[in-house]
Amino acid sequence: MSLREIVSKPDLLLPGHSACPGCPSAIALRMALKALGEKTVLVIPASCSSVYQGIYPGESFNVIVYNVAFASAAAVASGIRRALTKKGYTDVNVVVWGGDGGLVDIGMATMSGAAERGEDLIAICYDNEAYMNTGIQRSGATPPGAWTTTTWTGKTEIKKPMPFIMLEHGARYVATASVGYPIDIYNKVKKAASLRGEGFRYIHILAPDPPGWRFDASLTVELGKLAVNTGFWPLWEAEVINGKIKFRLNPPSNKLLDPSKRVPIEKFIEKQGRFRVAKEFHLRKLHQQMDFYWQLVKAYLSISKD
Amino acid sequence: MSEVLALTGNEAVAWGVRLSRVEVVAAYPITPQTVIVEKLSEWVEGGELDAEYIRVESEHSAMSAVIGASAAGARAFTATSSHGLFYMYEMVAFAAGARVPVVMGVVNRFVGPPWNIWADWMDALATRDLGWIQIWVSNNQEALDSIIQAYRIAEDKHVLLPVMVMLEGFVLSHTSAPVRVPDQKDVDEFLPSYNPPHYVLNPEISKTFGFGNIVWPWDTVHLRWDMHKAMLSAKGVIRRVVREYEERFGVNHGGLIKEYKVDDAEVVIVSMASIAETAEIVVDELRKEGLKVGALKIRFFRPFPTKEVIKALKDKYRVVVVERDISLGHDGVLAMELRSVLHRYDLQIPVYSISLGLGGDEILPRQIKKVVKEVM
Repeated sequence: MSLREIVSKPDLLLPGHSACPGCPSAIALRMALKALGEKTVLVIPASCSSVYQGIYPGESFNVIVYNVAFASAAAVASGIRRALTKKGYTDVNVVVWGGDGGLVDIGMATMSGAAERGEDLIAICYDNEAYMNTGIQRSGATPPGAWTTTTWTGKTEIKKPMPFIMLEHGARYVATASVGYPIDIYNKVKKAASLRGEGFRYIHILAPDPPGWRFDASLTVELGKLAVNTGFWPLWEAEVINGKIKFRLNPPSNKLLDPSKRVPIEKFIEKQGRFRVAKEFHLRKLHQQMDFYWQLVKAYLSISKD
Repeated sequence: MSEVLALTGNEAVAWGVRLSRVEVVAAYPITPQTVIVEKLSEWVEGGELDAEYIRVESEHSAMSAVIGASAAGARAFTATSSHGLFYMYEMVAFAAGARVPVVMGVVNRFVGPPWNIWADWMDALATRDLGWIQIWVSNNQEALDSIIQAYRIAEDKHVLLPVMVMLEGFVLSHTSAPVRVPDQKDVDEFLPSYNPPHYVLNPEISKTFGFGNIVWPWDTVHLRWDMHKAMLSAKGVIRRVVREYEERFGVNHGGLIKEYKVDDAEVVIVSMASIAETAEIVVDELRKEGLKVGALKIRFFRPFPTKEVIKALKDKYRVVVVERDISLGHDGVLAMELRSVLHRYDLQIPVYSISLGLGGDEILPRQIKKVVKEVM
């Protein structure tokens, strides 16, 4: 579907929300809601999304929204799903929409539990690589070398490979996406929604964040593209059908298995203030992270060939 | 037809849940509550209970899931104890704020360290101020009946607050007693199916809305005031529900309180849970010695039965509170509650506090008798 066609669909993210200029979460949510449609319950853990939707009694997300405690989203959503199923309402999308703090860190146990139980949910993580809502603190999804307000000299550990972890739970559908590719976001959410009734579905969207990554608000989409084209964030999707993994790379990542085809990572780093503190060993670690992620990609690609 | 079965406290709670036709159960195991969730799982798998059963990965998620289920329009239940209750504490507060009428069985147990799986009230008392209605039961029959009453109270449109039903670990949870199990048809008539009168997370039957986004302080004050009013309205609802329950099933475990030979008593032993039954034995024994003693059980700890307590105690000489807890650095929790009520009504009745049976230690009638005699 073309961007023009997607944009012409009804907007369920209403004007008047209070997201920052260039907010990647708002871009991703706008796409996701267009794909999900009105018959959707959004379950949102503490995050920027619970703030920028507006202040009570205002509400700029034009679907049913349940704002819940930080560590609880996938468990609350499980309860909602089961209640609706019990009452015969199977034609509703129950969707967890949270940041990396809420889903990759504090809510990880609920994500793991819901995925293991095969709950009929879609969970979408908009990953801005830190606790942006509370003022840019380090999360498990922060990459090495990044300045945050709890890693003033740069984070030293690699980013938790959350989408791979969810895939290893046997989730029905897992995909990565980037705010640099909004049509891809739409298609993946649409795909996830089409698998309603078949179990747990997870989409992890990399979300370049102007205030947290320290770049100009006009560059969100450009950073989202660079993250992919440098090989920092590979785009892929996987289905698990009867225990068989079908894993594939999506464009443009499918052309980037060979590192020489990738845009040099420096192009991605130099546009962001957060890497200004990065030393040599941080950058080595960042390369290790990329190697690690691509090793996982290759491993899953080779499994899928069988 | 109702029938009498030999049931442990845990089994009695499970029967209460089954008869209430709960639609979603979410649970996580912890001693001594486990039999409740095992029994329910057996019934759901066997088709005796038509419910969704969510075998969650933690107590935090158990409470989260029943909140979601209730908010989406289903009657929901969970059970826990001790560390489990503390692990879900955040969501226990959330349930009340979300105004979901869920019911939770709490099998009271000590909170470690050290590991101690026996009875203690410290787990549930720590949730006193979170906005849950609390029923403390004294026997297995009351455990079953209280679950059914709890749903009627919680789901009343003037209340819409969650209810905890407390039974002491092992003392009740693992002790068998004859329990009359009411007829399903009677329960169905007493407890109609749940239809949320406030909000429901279902786009098929509800318009778009957002719940729980940021609220300014001045609006927050109104929300808290509404919860407080609901808690106070619950007192009238409880009195009515208990009366109707008695009319239909012929059982009365007390309303907000239960009095035993209080009318002409000079000294009243105040307690909760199983200790309240021990207190009645002590009263009988002391009366044989010619001492005018009575017993008062606080059945509902929240909302606190202020009116009933004042009416029962206003002309008494002494009050002795026996409780399985201690607010470290101060006094027994129940004693403090009683003093605050008496003081508010300008009654200068001395309230003596005894903390007994901590961590499941035995509570002997002679210990209580000794204190009562000392204060007379």
